[in-house]
Amino acid sequence: MQNTREIAFTLNGEEVSHRVPVRQHLADFLRHELGLTGTHIGCEQGVCGACTIRVNGRSARSCLMLAVQADGCVVETIEGISQSGEIADLQHEFIQRNAAQCAFCTPGMLMTAADLIGGKEPVSRDAIRDHISGNYCRCTGYHAIVDAIESTLNKRLASDKSNPHHG
Amino acid sequence: MKAPLFDYVNATSLDQALGLLDQYGEEARIIAGGQSLMATLNMRLSQPQVLIDINSIQGLSGVRETRKDIRIGALTRHMELLESDIVKEHLPLIASAMPHVAHVAIRNRGTIGGSLSMADPAAELPACCVALDATFELSSRSGQRVVKARDFFSGLYTTERQDNEILTQITIPKCAPQQLHYFEEINRRQGDFAIVGLACTAAVKKGLMSSKRSLKALDVVIFGCEDKPTRLAQTCLHLIGTSIDKNTITAAKQKLEQELNPTANLEGRADTKLHLATVLLERALLSLARDIGTID
Ligand SMILES: Cc1cc2nc3c(=O)[nH]c(=O)nc-3n(C[C@H](O)[C@H](O)[C@H](O)COP(=O)(O)OP(=O)(O)OC[C@H]3O[C@@H](n4cnc5c(N)ncnc54)[C@H](O)[C@@H]3O)c2cc1C
Ligand code: FES
Ligand code: FES
Repeated sequence: MQNTREIAFTLNGEEVSHRVPVRQHLADFLRHELGLTGTHIGCEQGVCGACTIRVNGRSARSCLMLAVQADGCVVETIEGISQSGEIADLQHEFIQRNAAQCAFCTPGMLMTAADLIGGKEPVSRDAIRDHISGNYCRCTGYHAIVDAIESTLNKRLASDKSNPHHG
Repeated sequence: MKAPLFDYVNATSLDQALGLLDQYGEEARIIAGGQSLMATLNMRLSQPQVLIDINSIQGLSGVRETRKDIRIGALTRHMELLESDIVKEHLPLIASAMPHVAHVAIRNRGTIGGSLSMADPAAELPACCVALDATFELSSRSGQRVVKARDFFSGLYTTERQDNEILTQITIPKCAPQQLHYFEEINRRQGDFAIVGLACTAAVKKGLMSSKRSLKALDVVIFGCEDKPTRLAQTCLHLIGTSIDKNTITAAKQKLEQELNPTANLEGRADTKLHLATVLLERALLSLARDIGTID
């Protein structure tokens, strides 16, 4: 018999409650039970980063968290931060620079990069590479991804400067 | 693959968790950050009957300063250590090691207690705790005991922790004002486990002339080579009392080659690892020599 538990949490701004098998990881729960297939699964051992989501404001591997552990948390997925417009400029820049080819890594890459573009300081290309070091991309060679993150950040910083009250 | 069937308890107190551990013995597994355990569950390398989640237990996390030492709760996340001002000020060796511990999303959840209990031979925190002579507090239903980091790691992924014990706190002496340190590791990708790494602390006896300044104390720990962090006791003994120069560095590298016995793994052959360890030792000694002023 599967052990199950009732959980309630905030997902992309909405309250969700559901009964989940305790052995199910959060990525499978999001994909199979809720149909949120933007969160990808590559390895189920924390290595590839395709399943990266945000839990209580910080990025996390959804394959390394049980769905039961989401109880009481604030969870955001790529669907949430796309619809809210939070990373619209980053997504635009990814398209402009061909930073998404097969796009398997892209949701996780965007979730991880989202941490970096909210800051008030410039970030060096080396620091960008360190920050995305946990996300594998098998297509782009990373260069275009670093370009897209760097240019999004620079544009945001420039617009903050010319418009200090904005954001 | 998917995790096997198990039951799950979200423990809300240490007593509750310890009671469950007592009841289930080796059939129970603690889950802290889950950043190592979840992967082994997903791969079915581990098949516990019950998972005991300790994330909701109050008082197991945070960094505190006392007069002589720093106390770190076992549930403190890697990210909290990385961002902690207390760690930056009083545990500079740990501060320089933290950026090498995994990647950002893993650091956000992984805990120091999990890393030490896991005892991965290529992990940074066990090596730093051995170098810094940390002590670990273990709790069980029958009470508490304290084990020195230098006795805790007993082999490949094995420690002196008993099945009914939870690691609750790590105590590390504050870095003394004149103490020096060095940390470096070699890996293929930033944030991966080390192929070979080195953590060291040193203290200097001040002579009047810089060439007379010698090492009063030295502890070099190599990780990623043997089945647990290796203290290079003989190599260090040989260096204490000397001032570091080109000759002592060459001699120290030879000592290391006699003392260290790396095991090959997917990250590299034994002779590759031995070579990389001598490279790291040389870099560490050169850096200490520059700090002391015996080499420019
Ligand atoms: C892709 C990837 C890269 C990584 N790279 C690195 C790296 O470079 N360096 C590094 O050091 N680590 C690395 N890690 C591992 C990471 O640091 C883990 O967080 C850590 O090893 C385990 O901590 P945890 O809190 O997640 O423990 P868990 O996964 O929850 O537990 C690990 C083990 O310890 C036991 N345990 C946990 N807490 C306690 C406790 N308080 N008392 C008793 N037993 C306990 C559990 O029962 C389990 O057996 C990496 C992980 C991944 C997925
Ligand atoms: S699927 Fe989670 S990190 Fe690869
Ligand atoms: S675009 Fe194909 S894996 Fe990154």
